[in-house]
Amino acid sequence: MTRPAPETVTRPAPESFRPELAAEIIAAGAGEEGALLPLLHALQAAFGCVPDPAISMLAEALNQTRADVYGVVGFYRDFRREPAGRRVLKLCRAEACQAMGGEALAAQARAALGVDWDETTRDGQLTLEAVYCLGLCATAPAALLDGQPVGRLTRERLLALLDAAREPA
Amino acid sequence: MTSLRCFLPCDAGALAVGADAVAAALRAGLERRGLAAEIVRTGSRGLYWLEPMLEVATAQGRVAYGPVAAGDVESLLDAGLASGGSHALRLGAPEQIPFLARQARLSFARCGVVDPTSLEEYAAHGGWRGLERAVATPPAEIVEAVVRSGLRGRGGAGFPTGIKWRTALEAAGARKFVVCNADEGDSGTFADRMLMEGDPFSLVEGMAIAGLAVGATRGYVYVRSEYPHAIATLRAAVAAARRAGILGPAVIGSKQPFEIEVRVGAGAYVCGEETALLESLEGRRGQVRARPPLPAHRGLFGCPTVVNNVLTLAAVPFVLAEGADAYAAFGFGRSRGTMPIQLAGNVRRGGLFEVAFGLTLGELVDDVAGGTASGCPVRAVQVGGPLGAYFPRALFDTPFDYEAFAARDGLIGHGGVVVFDDRVDMARQARFALEFCALESCGKCTPCRIGSVRGTELLDRLLRGEGDRAAQIALLEDLCETLKLGSLCALGGFTPYPVTSALRHFPEDFRAGQAEAGRSIL
Repeated sequence: MTRPAPETVTRPAPESFRPELAAEIIAAGAGEEGALLPLLHALQAAFGCVPDPAISMLAEALNQTRADVYGVVGFYRDFRREPAGRRVLKLCRAEACQAMGGEALAAQARAALGVDWDETTRDGQLTLEAVYCLGLCATAPAALLDGQPVGRLTRERLLALLDAAREPA
Repeated sequence: MTSLRCFLPCDAGALAVGADAVAAALRAGLERRGLAAEIVRTGSRGLYWLEPMLEVATAQGRVAYGPVAAGDVESLLDAGLASGGSHALRLGAPEQIPFLARQARLSFARCGVVDPTSLEEYAAHGGWRGLERAVATPPAEIVEAVVRSGLRGRGGAGFPTGIKWRTALEAAGARKFVVCNADEGDSGTFADRMLMEGDPFSLVEGMAIAGLAVGATRGYVYVRSEYPHAIATLRAAVAAARRAGILGPAVIGSKQPFEIEVRVGAGAYVCGEETALLESLEGRRGQVRARPPLPAHRGLFGCPTVVNNVLTLAAVPFVLAEGADAYAAFGFGRSRGTMPIQLAGNVRRGGLFEVAFGLTLGELVDDVAGGTASGCPVRAVQVGGPLGAYFPRALFDTPFDYEAFAARDGLIGHGGVVVFDDRVDMARQARFALEFCALESCGKCTPCRIGSVRGTELLDRLLRGEGDRAAQIALLEDLCETLKLGSLCALGGFTPYPVTSALRHFPEDFRAGQAEAGRSIL
């Protein structure tokens, strides 16, 4: 049997917000118990972020206030209000990666890209995010590029990865 | 004629070091030679310093090679890979590799051996026997078997699993739930991820047994979003189990329905706390609930709910299949059974080491893990994730056991062991612990929300040499006491462990100006 590929790797590039598509996504999942997180994930997968109009639509469909939905979107690090760059690099900053020089790599990544955490390069190609553990602690330092794991990072491997990630599609 | 069978992990840790490139090179090389072969993608055996580890089935059993790079494949094929030919990377029979030979693999027996999504292979390797036994056993007897096994929650708290199940069984409720906590956020831990990627049916089986035991008809697995491969494999496994009638309206021949849904977290560490996880599943901010009520009385959607970690549930099929006594025969003191220990960070041999409780920390770090990867001396070991204490070499005689670690002001948590060499700055590590708590606090209780921020400010003043040093340290210790006693959950309550252990065992790093002295890794 072929191995199942992660949805973050296989899904199509996000498109710009369309109320019809948002309504379709919400209608498909709103009947489930505790539907809000799965719906937020589905909307973000489709549009690359959770835009304001989607929040109003969610509030109405789930019979919650908009403030409730905003509160949930704001609580979780994964949900964005603006789309990220074309690709997203999550670089681990937790202890196991620290023990293998992860923080020096993190500084090099920021310097090479000219961005701080949660920022996107000026060409819009790459967003850099900090992550606290990817479960790749025995092959540290580690990162996740759009859902593809990378381990045993060295300065050279990191810089090559950053270059490859910024190549236009 | 039987064609050649090769085994190569698709575990995220193996993919991170090039397993897919090895698979592609192997496929191309075999084709060029006109060799018919099947490349089975397995989970990882957990010997990560040898990943990507390639195995071939020979008449004498499997032969392993590693760590294999794509560029090694041609020379491996030339050396007669198909018949286990000799090569510089040849490791011999994988089961004979000392790191694996020393283990007692009960929960991870199949991990790295079988195709994770193959129902046939799961059954052929002893799968479903626990569930079949459970179907023929009254719920109260299933619960008593788990009580007798001595199994304790592997998520970190170490609460007796059977007692939790008994509470949920006895709780009245029209609906009950089983929730699997797969929000494995502790740095240095990856056992849940490995199991979900390498042997997901054991989790499915454990959850179904829990459902039969407490009368729950629906289960949720809450997996962190940082684990995309685990999510995909687990979803495929759940779908396969449903197609085979193992899950669904009648759990293999029983009258009871049981369904599993895989839900995905959204990047909040605190959702690994069971009540925050329940809030998140219900579609709210992951804020901790005050207890009581216990989740076993009033949990998900207000119904009696069993919340167990992945490793706890995955240990259950063995207990049912082999008997409670067989499980309890492993262990040390009140810590019965085996613990999948994860050796990580700056270690020569990093990976998963499932073993009966009782090995000392020194044996694990020096002997099993082989010391540091850098070759520099080991200085500190953090056990139990970001909320665990830092241990110096002087405490390396501590046996790996819940009570022994507690007696030395530490915890074993989810079994993560992160090793640091002598370049570590322990004041920076203490500061990181407080900063992490501030970053991840759900905000519900004041000690955690405010105390963590004040703690980082206090440490900064101490390291800048401002104010009276003794008074600053007394204040920090006082603040830690408040966090420990006044927080609603383990995030605020355990953050003092790394802070005070660093302060107690490595006071030389807390002198003013030390952070600038060039020892910092941060």
